[in-house]
Amino acid sequence: MHEVSAAPAAHHGPPTTFIRKHVFSTDHKVIGIQYYHLALVAVVVGMVLSWLMRIHLGWTNAAIPGLQTLSPNGAPGGVMTPEYYLQLMTMHATIMVFFVLTTAPFAAFGNYFLPIQTGAEDMPFPHFNMMSFWVTLTAFLVLITAFFVSDGPPLAGWTSYAPLSAIGKAAGPGQGAGQVIWATALGIFCVGQLLGALNFISTVLDMRCKGMTLSRLPVSAWAWFITSCMGLTAFAVLMPACILLILDHVAGTSFFIPSGLVINDQLIPHSGGSTLLWQHLFWFFGHPEVYIAIVPGMGIVTHVLITNMRRPMVSMKAILYSMWALAFLSYMVYGHHMFVSGMNPFSSLAFSFPTLMITIPSTVVVLIWIGSLYGSKLRINTASLFALGFISMFVSGGVSGFFLAQPSIDIMLHATYFVVGHFHMVMGVAAMFGIFSGTYFWFPKMYGRMMNETLGKIHFWLTFVGTYCIFMPFHYLGWAGNVRRYAAFTDDYLKPLIPLHQFITVAALFTGAVQLIFIYNFIHSRVAGPQAPANPWEGTSLEWIMPSPPPWNNFGGKDPVVYHDAEQYGVKTASGADYIMQNSPEQALGGAEGD
Amino acid sequence: MATTLPPPKPEVFRDPEKSGNGSTGNGGWRNLVPAEGSLRGVEEYSPPPSSSAIWVGIAAICMSFAAFTSALIVRQGSSNDWRHITLPPILFLSTAVLLASSASLEVARRRVAAYMGGLGRSVESARLWLLLTFGLGLLFVAGQYMAWLQLRSQGLYLATNPNSSFFYVFTAIHALHVLGGLAGLGRVIRKLGQGTLRRSTLNATSYYWHFMGVLWVYLFVLLWMRI
Amino acid sequence: MGKFLAVTIIVIAIASAIPVVMHTWEAPADISTHGHLIDNQMADTMIEAGVSFLAAQILLAIFIWQFSSPSKDGKLKTFPGGAKGLVGAAIVLVGVEVLALGAFGTKAWATVYFTPPAANAIPIQVQAGQFAFYFRYPGADGKFGPIHPELINEGTQNLFGLDPEHDVESRDDIVTAELAIPVNKEIHLLMHAKDVSHSFYVPALRIHQDFVPGLDLSVHFTATQIGKYEIVCSQLCGLGHYNMRAYLEVMSQADYDDWLKKQAAAQ
Repeated sequence: MHEVSAAPAAHHGPPTTFIRKHVFSTDHKVIGIQYYHLALVAVVVGMVLSWLMRIHLGWTNAAIPGLQTLSPNGAPGGVMTPEYYLQLMTMHATIMVFFVLTTAPFAAFGNYFLPIQTGAEDMPFPHFNMMSFWVTLTAFLVLITAFFVSDGPPLAGWTSYAPLSAIGKAAGPGQGAGQVIWATALGIFCVGQLLGALNFISTVLDMRCKGMTLSRLPVSAWAWFITSCMGLTAFAVLMPACILLILDHVAGTSFFIPSGLVINDQLIPHSGGSTLLWQHLFWFFGHPEVYIAIVPGMGIVTHVLITNMRRPMVSMKAILYSMWALAFLSYMVYGHHMFVSGMNPFSSLAFSFPTLMITIPSTVVVLIWIGSLYGSKLRINTASLFALGFISMFVSGGVSGFFLAQPSIDIMLHATYFVVGHFHMVMGVAAMFGIFSGTYFWFPKMYGRMMNETLGKIHFWLTFVGTYCIFMPFHYLGWAGNVRRYAAFTDDYLKPLIPLHQFITVAALFTGAVQLIFIYNFIHSRVAGPQAPANPWEGTSLEWIMPSPPPWNNFGGKDPVVYHDAEQYGVKTASGADYIMQNSPEQALGGAEGD
Repeated sequence: MATTLPPPKPEVFRDPEKSGNGSTGNGGWRNLVPAEGSLRGVEEYSPPPSSSAIWVGIAAICMSFAAFTSALIVRQGSSNDWRHITLPPILFLSTAVLLASSASLEVARRRVAAYMGGLGRSVESARLWLLLTFGLGLLFVAGQYMAWLQLRSQGLYLATNPNSSFFYVFTAIHALHVLGGLAGLGRVIRKLGQGTLRRSTLNATSYYWHFMGVLWVYLFVLLWMRI
Repeated sequence: MGKFLAVTIIVIAIASAIPVVMHTWEAPADISTHGHLIDNQMADTMIEAGVSFLAAQILLAIFIWQFSSPSKDGKLKTFPGGAKGLVGAAIVLVGVEVLALGAFGTKAWATVYFTPPAANAIPIQVQAGQFAFYFRYPGADGKFGPIHPELINEGTQNLFGLDPEHDVESRDDIVTAELAIPVNKEIHLLMHAKDVSHSFYVPALRIHQDFVPGLDLSVHFTATQIGKYEIVCSQLCGLGHYNMRAYLEVMSQADYDDWLKKQAAAQ
């Protein structure tokens, strides 16, 4: 038996060329930043799409300057056609759900900080990791090409219910090439996320540094770990669904297309497919996907909050178990999206109760957050403001789940703006607040410079009030029976609701414009912000022991050794600091603080 | 008066240098390159990431095929256009080939393990067994291709009926995964030649390969019973 | 800054609740026999959700107000009750109540979906296609002729693909573009999708059911108010989705009989 040499060689040296450093980099930090930038580009595209949609919903016949240039067919004279509205809506949702809400909190921050927080030099499979980003970018570019094919993007919504999504061109504009592009992009996206999840899970299981037991992992690392477990199972189901959908288009199979369908007096040459099969496969992925968007946000917010409350959570265990419970339950409940879609009515009840049970872990997390605020020494900065805003949004978006979980009430609210309000609030805005909180918190570490706090706070205030003005009224519209995915409101009972839509449009344009402050702050601070110290927020987890920004090999070739969990706040130490970093062997002094 | 926060419980200090501290890892990346290209120098002291990653990957593939299976069951139940087709007989042969390749890989793995453990004289015989495995794998894929040709000659194409659709989809997706396994085997053979093979890489590749065999047997039985 | 956030949260919470309490935006008044069950369930859930919403937001605001500007040497305090109290509160105050709410709510669902239509319910078929609903009454024989999809032709107005030459049952079928029903009579609506998924949503009737291509579903209901109501499609079906609608006319029995006669004559 040979002895292992005392100082084994590291597996890669510092990258030397520009391409290796910034483009095809295997460094998890560079990949994280690449993901973040992808999400930034995607969120700008998605937001502009939502502006166009909102203008159309408020003022249906208004000509939008420049829109005709973008799409002569979709907006002749600058006035959006109904099909163009649906196409923009589909693209808005797909871009936001996949390329913003999945990439930013999970792939971007996770890539950057998961290895650091576990004390690893890199992910175990850096090349897979690099592939994961480039595959995801490819998926994004493929999706965007849908704008440039003759019929434009698909109009079937991000849920792409069959048979509308499976029949092809005959079903409507964009349902031919556009829909195939959409399914291909999602299939590719799945590959990228599976590679990412593989890396994340192995990092947590195998790459932890000495002393970093699972129970000492910071909560954000746990959140990413839980999310990657969900992603692994969810994306592995979406991919087969996409493959079967593409085959229905290009190979003439009939997985999702039943017999006897007639469009334009023409019998569709397919037979025997199952419409509900698509819904089952899609929602088996789709519901966990919602949690993939929100759980990293919960982790980030908890991480930001303990740092800024200067105290541990009342019970971190309760938060962790709740996140696991959410992840587990998310697979039991997908049928609540299909209460009125012809599923066996008994199944509706069977899906209803696990859905209602989700209230319990969600409430536990919220109460632990609120209860931990009690008696804390809360520091108000932009990161903690967004974290507190997250709690408020999460509560607002969560309570509407009480309604939607019940099949009988769903009879009234299914496919109305109530649903749109619910998921925008809880997985859109709340998740965005998590992303913002993480950005303001970790920007100094990622870019080595501080962000401007004043601009950050202005951004928070306007965004907080603005998003409530947009999404609260969605619930009122839903109670009034306002059906979603309408390009215009021509029904008699919907006409009185148009002023409310106009209010929402104004609020959306305003809130969107406010995001320019963030973009300015982001770019300006990146270039000209003051140099960031290693530990600007007095945090305890391992990302704060390294300089800002960290060197290419994270800990400078030396493995950190961990002695504590990441919750050593509000303790009494010899140096007078109220926290102990994870890698410090120092023990808290006995006796209650302030004695 | 509100109660004051009790002092945080002092953690029982365990010297991480001395005790393994339960579930610590040591950063498996440190073992990626063996000292001086000698296989015998590659003794690992922490679970290498590939050993858990391979199970993670297998879990994802299981999930995908579970989705495909449920698609088949739902699709069969939803329609009356289900026409049983006779599976091409060559499938029995390719099943045997794939199982044989698993066996030969296991022989190779044990020889490498024996060599790394200080037994055995050289890895040359292991290399031959690996090459045999690779060849059998290729043969399996060729067998699947023959099966498709046989179906085509019966006029059964991808879109002919749901049964043929599922047959082509299942076998093609499985064959793609087998090709992935062949790429892994190729990498193992190359590394063995260079003397940079880690035992964990070989183990992970062989678990994957055995899983391909198990998956194929499952699919074969499923197709045989349902199609 | 923290105090300002606290005030903002409370203002937003109360402002959000005002339109709900004032009933500013409401669903159209219920005209069905089962709708009150749904409405009651909705009202109960509204109270439960509203209380949870306000309680959580206000508690959050109070704690932010109280602890955002601590004195430097202030002591950390632990929430009375600690983790057990909070988890217990989550399970007892929210979890159990929401589950109980759901359990009671099954009654409304059961009324709509678990009770079969009465034997004397009037059968009417509705077919949804891009982008219109069409209705078919069985005529004097009480039977619907079979649908032949290949015969569907909008040019010749054979909207259901009927073949009266060969199918005796089809000969007296009445096809209309609006749904006329007698008041206080149970209707058994047989749903058929011609092309893609659609949905049959009548807010006033508290009825909402998807059309699933390849799957013929049915709903049954009784309307209690004479009047004209909108039937809208709520399942994305293509570019004309927003404009896909039909009218439900609830008539007295006499008016209904007259209307049916007129329609039969017009076929």
